[in-house]
Amino acid sequence: MLRLEKLTKVYKTGDKALSDVNLEVPKGQVLALIGPSGAGKSTMIRCINRLVEPTSGTVTLDGVEISKLGAGGLRRERRRMGMIFQEYALVERLSVMENVLSGRLGYVGFWRSFLRKFPQSDVDEAFRLLDRVGLVEMADKRADELSGGQRQRVGICRALIQDPSVLLVDEPTASLDPKTSRQIMRLIVELCEERDLAAIVNIHDVALAQMFVSRVVGLEKGTVVFDGAPEELTEDVLTRIYGQEDWSETIQKVEDDDEEDAAK
Amino acid sequence: MAISTNDGVKVWQRRDRNGQLKLWAMWLVGTAVFMWSWQQISSVTTWAFFWDAPRIAADIGGRAVPPRWSYMDQLWEPLWDTLNIATLGTVMALMMAVPVAFLAARNTTPSAMFIRPIALLIIVSSRSINSLIWALLLVKIIGPGIFAGLIAIAIRSIGFCAKLLYEAIEEIDEAQVEAITATGASRWQVMAYGIVPQVLPAFAGISVFRWDINLRESTVLGLVGAGGIGLQLQGSLNTLAWPQVSLILIIILLAVIVSEWVSAKVRGAII
Repeated sequence: MLRLEKLTKVYKTGDKALSDVNLEVPKGQVLALIGPSGAGKSTMIRCINRLVEPTSGTVTLDGVEISKLGAGGLRRERRRMGMIFQEYALVERLSVMENVLSGRLGYVGFWRSFLRKFPQSDVDEAFRLLDRVGLVEMADKRADELSGGQRQRVGICRALIQDPSVLLVDEPTASLDPKTSRQIMRLIVELCEERDLAAIVNIHDVALAQMFVSRVVGLEKGTVVFDGAPEELTEDVLTRIYGQEDWSETIQKVEDDDEEDAAK
Repeated sequence: MAISTNDGVKVWQRRDRNGQLKLWAMWLVGTAVFMWSWQQISSVTTWAFFWDAPRIAADIGGRAVPPRWSYMDQLWEPLWDTLNIATLGTVMALMMAVPVAFLAARNTTPSAMFIRPIALLIIVSSRSINSLIWALLLVKIIGPGIFAGLIAIAIRSIGFCAKLLYEAIEEIDEAQVEAITATGASRWQVMAYGIVPQVLPAFAGISVFRWDINLRESTVLGLVGAGGIGLQLQGSLNTLAWPQVSLILIIILLAVIVSEWVSAKVRGAII
């Protein structure tokens, strides 16, 4: 259970990115966070694992108040929060295996990680995960040799090998083609189901979000303006989140896509 | 860029009238300064020596060929010294430049207020003095010989390497650092996994580039008594042994060509 209470972030420039956000994500729930660019979606995700320090409010994960922890405690708790990034954020010059194993850095001492002497159990798990996402034969390739979709799969493995209880996913499909986007979203949702993981997924593509998640939260100018099931996303709601625009196409397309998908 | 309206037609010119005049004025001043400097230099030049120069040069050139090949026996050792000064000097400089670079880079410095300025000061002071002058000083302090040359090369190179390296560190992709931080990695682990792999190619390039420069610089250090082949060069010049001078210059040329080739190979292999 992840709980945000009165989470507020004001940047040094005076921009209020988040104001009084309250949100509860129960175990195993995949939640899509939608909203226009600059609404505070990325800030919210980064306030949870404190890559961005929140100005006020609390973040609690399974009873531990993350927003109060010192440096050591924060590092320990970060292990339980896997993060997946928009541009994959793999270490380009390291191999796929090293990138996946870097998800274990929080569990392994400096010298062991520096000398790449990870415990065999970690290596086993890395192979299992790579096999699960279909990249096991790529383990020795350098990350920059992979295609976008493959890189994002490696990013997913890196997050999962942490053995997290929540996934923070920041625009996972923004740099991918439509087909790969769906595959990646499907993979994330499936893996969350398999492992009973909660996930917050920042996403631009409303149709894609509707297709895969059970709950949608709309953020606008740092406040939650919608929280409900994907079917409740009507034209009015989208107008409230994004502003005036003809939304009928967006919603229509979802239905078409679903039929297409079912037909396959 | 100037846009004006002339009889209702929008006219675009690269510069407006004022800009054009300023440009002409600047050219005028520049030309005047150049002429004045030329005249100053001309008035203190002994033109008799100048008109003599081609004849003297031809005379020395004539005496310098053929090079005295047998002198080579005495050059192997100083050549080896020169190579060692350049290589060890570069290695020593790198050992000190790496920590300085991490302290100077805006994204890795522990304190931008206090430590970063100190690191930058180290870089600037090392860079501002030529290695020949460092060598002059060090020969006085630790006595003549290879060691003085080694230290001179090392001190001069710290600033150069640290500056290029810290610029490379500042240009890394922060997303990769963020991703490693998000796994719960410690500060040093973030360094080893998020930052080092990104700056490694730059580091290799800088090292080889500086080694290449140092090889050239260490050939002249002997002129001030800091060891290496420069010592032989000075001796030969002083005794007007032109065939030896020409041989030494040929050797230096060859050494530089070889170093150029090696550094190109290494850079190609890493990037």
